[in-house]
Amino acid sequence: MSNRPFTHLDALESESIHIMREVAAECANPVLLFSGGKDSIVLLRLAEKAFRPGRFPFPLMHIDTEHNFPEVIAFRDRRVEELGERLIVRSLEDSIKKGRIVLRSESQSRNPFQSVTLLDAIAEFSFDACIGGARRDEEKARAKERIFSFRDEFGQWDPKNQRPELWDLYNTRTHPGENIRVFPISNWTELDVWEYIAREKLEVPEIYFAHEREVIRREAGLLPVSHLVQPKPGEQAERMVVRFRTVGDMSCTCPVASTAATVEDIIAETAMTRITERGATRMDDQTSEASMELRKKEGYF
Amino acid sequence: MSEVEKIPFEQAELLRFITAGSVDDGKSTLIGRLLHDSKSIFEDQLNAITHTTRKRGLAGVDLSLLTDGLQAEREQGITIDVAYRYFATPRRKFIIADTPGHEQYTRNMVTGASTANLAIILIDARKGVLTQSRRHAYLASLVGIPHLVVAVNKMDLVDYSQSVFNAICSDFSTFAERLNVHHIDFIPMSALLGDMVVERGDKLNWYKGATLIDLLENISISHDVNQEDFRFPVQWVCRPQTKELHDFRGYMGRIESGSVRSGDAVTVLPSGLNSRIREIILYEGNINEADAPQSITLTIEDHLDISRGDMLVKTGDLPQVISGFDAMLCWLSEQPLDPARKYLIKHTTRMVKAMIGRIDYRVDVNTMKHESVEQLKMNDIAHVGIKVQQPLVCDDYLRNRATGCFIVIDESSNNTVAAGMISIPKS
Repeated sequence: MSNRPFTHLDALESESIHIMREVAAECANPVLLFSGGKDSIVLLRLAEKAFRPGRFPFPLMHIDTEHNFPEVIAFRDRRVEELGERLIVRSLEDSIKKGRIVLRSESQSRNPFQSVTLLDAIAEFSFDACIGGARRDEEKARAKERIFSFRDEFGQWDPKNQRPELWDLYNTRTHPGENIRVFPISNWTELDVWEYIAREKLEVPEIYFAHEREVIRREAGLLPVSHLVQPKPGEQAERMVVRFRTVGDMSCTCPVASTAATVEDIIAETAMTRITERGATRMDDQTSEASMELRKKEGYF
Repeated sequence: MSEVEKIPFEQAELLRFITAGSVDDGKSTLIGRLLHDSKSIFEDQLNAITHTTRKRGLAGVDLSLLTDGLQAEREQGITIDVAYRYFATPRRKFIIADTPGHEQYTRNMVTGASTANLAIILIDARKGVLTQSRRHAYLASLVGIPHLVVAVNKMDLVDYSQSVFNAICSDFSTFAERLNVHHIDFIPMSALLGDMVVERGDKLNWYKGATLIDLLENISISHDVNQEDFRFPVQWVCRPQTKELHDFRGYMGRIESGSVRSGDAVTVLPSGLNSRIREIILYEGNINEADAPQSITLTIEDHLDISRGDMLVKTGDLPQVISGFDAMLCWLSEQPLDPARKYLIKHTTRMVKAMIGRIDYRVDVNTMKHESVEQLKMNDIAHVGIKVQQPLVCDDYLRNRATGCFIVIDESSNNTVAAGMISIPKS
């Protein structure tokens, strides 16, 4: 026995590496979804640990809403270049031009439409497995989802008809046209992710750290002012010190008031926080109690 | 708050457990209590369930709603499947596999139990050891869960009586002698009022043992994985074929049991060829020794033909290499077993064709009696005989869970239809 204790992060890491290698070995044409967010940043480190000194046995792909924070896109491109891996970008704009997505307004949240572009890209490249950074602690529909989550030809998730998942023997078989979403960090919590980022000294986009930004108070949260979000009559933009707990569509991703300037500060804040990640930061998840479940049934990640 | 800041999370171990019992036993209340008292419930979650409790015309907060997942379930007031919950204390991180307690219990419990270190079996103090308690204990022992905790709940409804508790302990122990269980702890508690879950309370002073959370934090789990027999199923062969690494062949996988040092003599199965470990490689650099359940990359001294599905073991400590074996099978599918059909078996990193040609007996999970049957249906547990087209490299399940377990896949539907545990008679 070696002397170093085998901690929960070691256990989670080993499980995730094992999952990545199973996907690579058993799926014909997998892809890893990389958005530049903290969860997919962890996925990339896990892929390095799983496959170096070799190259990744899959490309990376970003479904770009074109409503992203510019800092995140810059980070995404820098990280991909460091790794020397291949990145595919497919944009919602393409799906809008093709008439596959019809928006009510330019500033409308584009998160719900990501599934259309994702499904188009899956068809374009014939991907049979998409590796993603979703976690079970995020939301209650996710708490019941398998690590290897099976989708039919329409990309739909059927929660009542999931394959039983026993030990760590994953059933990766699909019929042509069907697809698997694989979540290697299913068992990680938000805190685990930050502790791992600290332990591995991973770089994350700067908008995760406290910075001064113009925001509007709307409903229960804060919204960042941008070309997509402007004060409505009666609303006042104000400058506040904030940070983002998730990064996504600028029109619906809310920052939280925070002075956390380092990863260690964020860990301390996350350990004490009393509101879930999605509850605090995603307006699109607050629309109804079952928002996520409904979107997943439509093929959302 | 200040207490939370001191938590050295990076030192915490991971413990996975399952809770067995029905809603009537207070299972959801117990999970709610653990999450609540360990401060793992968030305000927005609490607000949502307070709102739902009120919408249903009830007062207060129904903690059991926390473990309610999907809209489909909320509409029907049922729980469909296994859900996973997470909480942490300063000493450990916990993953709870929360399984519903109705008809499909066997299938769900076996699924949740397959990765668990520990099972909590809930018993209603007023009702004592019931058929379902025996069923839960049997399934836990079948899946080889190393630790059982019997939570005698609702002690507040029997006046916290020590003699009621003692009678239940003695009943359960007598029954458990017939099972393959190594370690049982008994705890009297009231999940509703919080006695002996996280806080001791002041009603159970005659009980000198640990609270539930103390036990979960302190029970030794380092021996849950077999530490003797080195088993390394190859998942992926790394051949970068670059200029610098032209001849590099790394065997990637996870150590399922035991440990390995560089220089160790190893045998590759099923081929039986021998070599020695040259390097143990991590992303961070090379190490001299690694143990289960680390994911690593190995290189060996000789050029052998090794691919996914092969297993590296220590020369002199070999597993079985067999094409026919007995197993306990838990049937998971609505489609019954067809003994004339070929199925796929996934075992470690091997996928082979198989016939389940012989059903010796089915176990009545309530009485543990053997019954002879012609067919296996969903939730049936049976002793069967299996033949495989290519040999499996395996151990007896109770000696080594990782190399003794397998799943059965229906080739036409691609569904996972059964879970199996290999049984190898001691020679």
